[in-house]
Amino acid sequence: MIPLSRFKEGERGVIIKVQGRGAFRKRLQEMGFIKGTEVFVEKYAPLRDPVELVVKGYHVSLRVEEAAQVLMKRQGQEAE
Amino acid sequence: MTKETITVALAGNPNSGKTTIFNHITGTRQHVGNWPGVTVEKKEGLIQHNGHRLRVVDLPGTYSLTAYSVEEIVARRFLVDEKPDVVVDIVDASNLERNLYLATQLIELGVKLILALNMADVAEARGHHIDAGKLGTLLGVPVVFTVGTKNQGIKELLDKVVAVAEDRDTVSRHIHIAYGHELEKEIKKIQDVIWQDPSIGRRYSTRWLAVKLLENDDAVKEGVGALGDIGSRILAQADVGRARLAQLYQDDTEMVLTDQRYGFIGGALKEVLRVSAETKFDLSRQVDLLLTNRLLGFPIFIFFIWAMFQLTFTLGAYPMAWLDAGVGWLGGVVAKLLPAGIFRDLMVGGVIAGVGSVIIFLPNILLLFFCIALFEDTGYLARAAFIMDRVMHLIGLHGKSFIPLLMGFGCNAPAIMAARTLESERDRILTILINPLMSCSARLPVYVLLAGTFFGASAGNVIFTIYALGIALAIAMGKLFRLTLFRGESAPFVLELPPYRVPTLKSLLIHMWDRSAIFLRKMGGVILVGSMVVWFLGAFPRHPATPAFEPAGRSQIALTPAPVELPSAGARSSHEMETSERDKVRLERSYLGRLGRLIQPIFAPLGFDWQTSVAVLSGFVAKEIVVSTLGVLYATGSDGNDENEALRHALRASGMTPLGAYALMAFVLTYVPCLATVGAIRRETNSRKWTAFSIAYTLTLAWVVAFVIYQGGRLFGLG
Repeated sequence: MIPLSRFKEGERGVIIKVQGRGAFRKRLQEMGFIKGTEVFVEKYAPLRDPVELVVKGYHVSLRVEEAAQVLMKRQGQEAE
Repeated sequence: MTKETITVALAGNPNSGKTTIFNHITGTRQHVGNWPGVTVEKKEGLIQHNGHRLRVVDLPGTYSLTAYSVEEIVARRFLVDEKPDVVVDIVDASNLERNLYLATQLIELGVKLILALNMADVAEARGHHIDAGKLGTLLGVPVVFTVGTKNQGIKELLDKVVAVAEDRDTVSRHIHIAYGHELEKEIKKIQDVIWQDPSIGRRYSTRWLAVKLLENDDAVKEGVGALGDIGSRILAQADVGRARLAQLYQDDTEMVLTDQRYGFIGGALKEVLRVSAETKFDLSRQVDLLLTNRLLGFPIFIFFIWAMFQLTFTLGAYPMAWLDAGVGWLGGVVAKLLPAGIFRDLMVGGVIAGVGSVIIFLPNILLLFFCIALFEDTGYLARAAFIMDRVMHLIGLHGKSFIPLLMGFGCNAPAIMAARTLESERDRILTILINPLMSCSARLPVYVLLAGTFFGASAGNVIFTIYALGIALAIAMGKLFRLTLFRGESAPFVLELPPYRVPTLKSLLIHMWDRSAIFLRKMGGVILVGSMVVWFLGAFPRHPATPAFEPAGRSQIALTPAPVELPSAGARSSHEMETSERDKVRLERSYLGRLGRLIQPIFAPLGFDWQTSVAVLSGFVAKEIVVSTLGVLYATGSDGNDENEALRHALRASGMTPLGAYALMAFVLTYVPCLATVGAIRRETNSRKWTAFSIAYTLTLAWVVAFVIYQGGRLFGLG
């Protein structure tokens, strides 16, 4: 499992787990960050934070510290 | 024809085009207000459709109804407590999956629902083909296609609203989102307990209550808890169920439920959505690669902001001058028409000068809100927040706080209104609270006078340090408030970046006018009362030999108050000398003058004499008035540059030191900017408490800062 914050621009992966506190996790889940969902890293902001992602066909941005709470596996790679 | 009004609530995600649809439905017959107790804007409109009266209420845009944010709480409270006859969920058809999440919650709530698949054209262009009939059957909800920007499908939508309200629609039926065996078992158990008191089931959907209790929803738990004995039993059953499920799934039940809802949506989409190969060139994405480019992103952003500033304050200065002249002309006309006396003085010096001081901001506000509407409706505002968030987050703020803060350098009143673009109430109030520390353009004349008088050639640098001081104080106060008043978890920065869109002129204009109208209506009231009070303090008690002094509004930004009776050219100079001497005596004896002397001891440690104290008091209306009041009090006659020079002499002669002048500048920077800003804060926080707090903290901070500068400076022998 790799935190989403370690992904580079243009990389793609699948969500394994969303960590963090209740309200934050819930909000992310409601926005479509569900286990098994594919995430594409569109780009980082000019100051490297936040990061823009494509989830369920729409663009959304998270702060890097928040993206670190989303655990991923790279696509085509087995879960550890 | 039905007699009763059908209440229709518009629900939908942010960026789903809900506002555009609302504007098309209601046109100009909108009423804009606030939801009770919160700063969230409430819009509604009353319309006729085929002989039916429809009351259309625009709910705040939300992604969910979880009740984490104020917007969600407001939307949910309306749906649950006020029970609208029909709910229309505006869904972005090109972003169906996430948008349907809210729909699942609305279905669960048991409301009469209609889905409006908006931006149907965009979805088609992207190769998304939606089988609306099948979607409707699966969800038990009638589905209508709309294109808000082209006013398509609105009539069909309203027809459907009437049909559903009258239970004539054949698609409408109540479905359950199946959560699977284990969850259903627990839902059923809770429902059984709820049904022990049938009166609850008549008011709320028991299934919805049961699901919310499993989700550990605070608002529902509180409501159920208030039901007494039966409430405790329901809660106890819910606790048992939640514990068992948590054990079973090894996760919080609310997460499991969310998973299941998305599972349900995914299943439905498989049947109704056909995506033809997405090969189309994505223009929005290409534009975005440029606008948020690592190297070009910031320069482009700065350019846009610069352009907005220029448009608002440079271009806006022309109509502002015309309005200013108009107000001056009106004052002159009224002064001629009315017989001399208290009433005329009140009208000219209080009402016209005071209200005029607000009216002249209208061009700025219209232009500023036009620009902001343009940023918002094109989707650029979200990108501005995206690239600025790193910087703003350092001081505990959101990326979207940047524009309101920057606009504060122009004028705080519209800048505070621009804070509306922040979704989180905490971020919004914090941004509003520190906004007055951005030194607005009205404070500049005070700096120019004082720095020019006492610092000569280095005046520019000195003024620059004042601006920097304001920014430093804003950062410090922002941090302080974040650590004290707004403690705890800040809202997650989950910011949707919607595709770039070409906005419609109609929507831009409605946007602009909505906000500007609020400014005129609400702040006109505050300003009117406030300027009458200050006028009264400056004009009373009346002395037979002394005509009323007008605390000049912004419309009379002269260094001395304009005499009401225009003297003949020949007699001018001596008359003015006389007038200014009388003004001085009268102001000295007025309540304002007495008040100044009374409070002077408070200002003494800052090095202010009583004249300065009065000037600072009068500056509460607007900062430029500090200059004109000083002019009156030091009784510098005549006009033009000579007058300015005379005032400078008088200031130097008054015993004020450069250190004292700097302390005064810092004080003027920090304390309450003007009445218009107070009005804006009152309006935007929708709270007397925050308004009072803002006044109190800026006054205290101003005193402390000036004290530290003055006494500290003296300690180092600078005085």
